[in-house]
Amino acid sequence: MIGLENQRRRGRNSRKVNQDKHTVSLEKWAERLEPSDKILILACGALAKEISALIRLNGWSHLKTRYLPAILHNTPEKITEQLRMVLQSSQTKFSKIFIGYADCGTGGKIDSLLDEFDVQRLPGAHCYEFFAGKQTFAEIIKEEIGSYFLTDFLVKAFEKLVWQGMKIDRHPELLPIYFKHYKKLVYLAQSENLELQTQAHEIAGRLGLVYEKRVTGYGELEHSLTALTAT
Amino acid sequence: MSEEQDLIEDEELDLSTLPDDELVLQMHDDLYDGLKEEIEEGTNILLERGWGPDKVLSDALVEGMRIVGIDFRDGILFVPEVLLSANSMKGGMKILRPLLAETGALPVGKAVIGTVKGDIHDIGKNLVGMMWEGAGFEVIDLGINNPVEKYLEAIEEHKPDILGMSALLTTTMPYMKVVIDELCNKGIREDIIVLVGGAPLNEEFSVAIGADAYCRDAAVAVETAKIMIEQRRSASKTLEKAAA
Repeated sequence: MIGLENQRRRGRNSRKVNQDKHTVSLEKWAERLEPSDKILILACGALAKEISALIRLNGWSHLKTRYLPAILHNTPEKITEQLRMVLQSSQTKFSKIFIGYADCGTGGKIDSLLDEFDVQRLPGAHCYEFFAGKQTFAEIIKEEIGSYFLTDFLVKAFEKLVWQGMKIDRHPELLPIYFKHYKKLVYLAQSENLELQTQAHEIAGRLGLVYEKRVTGYGELEHSLTALTAT
Repeated sequence: MSEEQDLIEDEELDLSTLPDDELVLQMHDDLYDGLKEEIEEGTNILLERGWGPDKVLSDALVEGMRIVGIDFRDGILFVPEVLLSANSMKGGMKILRPLLAETGALPVGKAVIGTVKGDIHDIGKNLVGMMWEGAGFEVIDLGINNPVEKYLEAIEEHKPDILGMSALLTTTMPYMKVVIDELCNKGIREDIIVLVGGAPLNEEFSVAIGADAYCRDAAVAVETAKIMIEQRRSASKTLEKAAA
């Protein structure tokens, strides 16, 4: 009953829905932009650091970025909905738009949207796959089906997105419900960062999982953006 | 009344002082808020007042979870809240299960359910299993990562009315077709209702792989299972009459 005292006996009437605020800002985002020959990278916030680093590293000044909140992964059905809003408002403002998402649990809904707007996305089912590479990812899963993945971003955001976002902090009884079938935590590292490695190791301990680290670099993310800028 | 006053009043609430109708509504709220101990307490109070276990289950628990299901579908509640509600319902079910067994009531149907090979996700599958059980089905849960052989063995052993398959990954959901194709090969596809579900699935996919229906959530899974079993039984009665 940790932390529940103030929530008792409220039920359905206590829920208030306010979903309009972010929707409006997304719809209006591109209104103030002048049409340009730049390429828009419309991507998940979980990739912001990596995409920015690649842009800086390669001097891709003709790329403009727009990120959606990474926490949308906790409600994947909203990803497509929000991508659509930005695509609708910005499709006439850029020479090309590229989607910095994999399928990300949308069950092909992102792909249907991409067909509609004639745009492309990152390869694979999720960021673990395009960071690790399709073959390596398949090998990890084949070796241990109960593999739980973290990236640099997810190590940093674990507390907020997973521990708090999935309410394990307030309801520890949820921990085994979410994680009982996982055996190993695989940290797919984009950078060699000792602090993140320590954190990832600590998270594995907290979840009761065997720890493994694999340095992937930017994987398919880099290849996709390089190919995009070359066209 | 201020929110603070509300809360003070909340903390003084004694479930045993509520009349039956208010207690049931309070249990719906407590289920919604995921308050397991309160649900167990409410369940015991209703039983002490002479309610049958089937009525406690349907009026207090299943109806409460139906409301949770609606708000999950509508994006008001999310996975953690639904899991807490389900955990509370499990608390009530644990009390009711032996009492329900004592009544000797026949199950409304039998269902085998499992997550497909290559997939270890079982949150949705567990919710469906629990809601089927709450609706009076006998449920055989095969767990996760099930190859086709395991489904076939369970069908052979339990002779279920329904086979439920679940997948969370786009990479594992095609395995449902492997299972359905094998049912066809064995000539037993028409003997069983196949229901499929999971976040990446949709109606179109369900049709493409030859399932009988796609169930968007646990509440839909309950309704679909009931309707399809009823349809099947009516159809077989009609055939029997025609044969006679």
